[in-house]
Amino acid sequence: MRVRRESTAPVVDPARGIEMRGVGHRYGDRVVLSDIDLQLTERRIGIVGANGSGKSTFARLINGLVVPTTGSVLVDGLDTRTHVRDVRRRVGFVFQDPDAQIVHPTVAEDAAYGLENQGVPAAERAERVAEVLERYGLAGHADHPAHLLSGGQKQLLAIAGVLVMRPARIVFDEPTTLLDLVNTRRVAEVIEELEQQVVVVTHDLDLLDGFDRVLVVDGGRVVDDGPPDSSVAAYRALMVHR
Amino acid sequence: MTLALYVPRASPVHRMPAGWKLLALAGLSMLVFAVPTLPMVGGALVAVVALGLVVARLPASLLVRQARAVLWWLVALFVLHWLVTDVLTGAVTVLRLLALVLAAAVVTATTRVTAMVAVVERVCRPLQWVGVRPARIGLVIAMALRFIPLISERADRIREAQAARGGSIRGLRGLTTTVVPLLVQVLQLAHTVSEALDARGADDVPVRRGGPRAA
Repeated sequence: MRVRRESTAPVVDPARGIEMRGVGHRYGDRVVLSDIDLQLTERRIGIVGANGSGKSTFARLINGLVVPTTGSVLVDGLDTRTHVRDVRRRVGFVFQDPDAQIVHPTVAEDAAYGLENQGVPAAERAERVAEVLERYGLAGHADHPAHLLSGGQKQLLAIAGVLVMRPARIVFDEPTTLLDLVNTRRVAEVIEELEQQVVVVTHDLDLLDGFDRVLVVDGGRVVDDGPPDSSVAAYRALMVHR
Repeated sequence: MTLALYVPRASPVHRMPAGWKLLALAGLSMLVFAVPTLPMVGGALVAVVALGLVVARLPASLLVRQARAVLWWLVALFVLHWLVTDVLTGAVTVLRLLALVLAAAVVTATTRVTAMVAVVERVCRPLQWVGVRPARIGLVIAMALRFIPLISERADRIREAQAARGGSIRGLRGLTTTVVPLLVQVLQLAHTVSEALDARGADDVPVRRGGPRAA
């Protein structure tokens, strides 16, 4: 369900971070999330859970790709139901499959796409795109077809396409699932270097080293919430008994 | 497989606005049909090749590849004219078609997709008065160029998977065992792409864009 309604003069409070109040979501009769009440203000947050546990829906709630069936999700005090455009400007989203996220034929054109949508002037757009491609080692590929990049380069382009929009927060939905070890390490370094708040949904538990907080989602509920060591241990114990 | 043919170079042809290049291409098309003589079409072909190789500094392999793609059509056309009309008409027809194919390749190889799309958007601008969003038309074209090679690659993967399991990749059965899973994958991809467009602010695009895209 997508809501396009926007009210004027939103009250923004970055200190509030991401808030979920009584959040539940269902697809038809199938309940995928229920009774989620939490506030995420830490800089690096991980979300783990088995396949079908609801963690990807959880991630999509944060930037309004999915609106909750019950309760509300607020980002910096903005409700994703009523201020979806403002929320999406604040929350970038990196998908698991970069091929689905890259929508333009060449690297530089795709990196510029989000800025075009924001109405950024052409000169500033070119400058910001050049800067972000340089940062991720893609400057030499600027005019190359995105289709011909390696899997790792595609994921870096997907990240670059989000970062160039300078969001305050970034959600990663299983960003390393399709990558080899070298590219997984590269993406992990990229995430580590980010100054923004990041929320990472992952099956790669090594990726969560040094994170501030890890949530374990199971059966549509947050069943553990704490520092990486204890949450990952709880997750492993949960999976052992399956 | 890739449909994006742009070859980056710092040449006057590359710097020329996309709209002018498309107009020149249209003008050349009309000229070689209006004056169907051997010197005219031969001269047009030589000029196009010189423009591509010398002025735009495109690799010769690019033009050879484009010519090779229509080689059998050219041969068939020439033979048909040889049998039905005469050799001279056949030569004019073949050289004319070759000149236009290579001219189109030069335009494509020297123009970024965004610049081409911006021209399409400008041409479609009057349609906004009947509720059509030109920016959306441009996006559809860019996405077609982006996703056709991707879907072709996924079809290849499905065919390989079928072949690896001893399945037939030929005939009606081969077609159904490829098309159905491909359709499922394409629908899943379409869903994620629509989410990605939303996440990247596609809804923020104004009905009337404020200016041309970056070339």
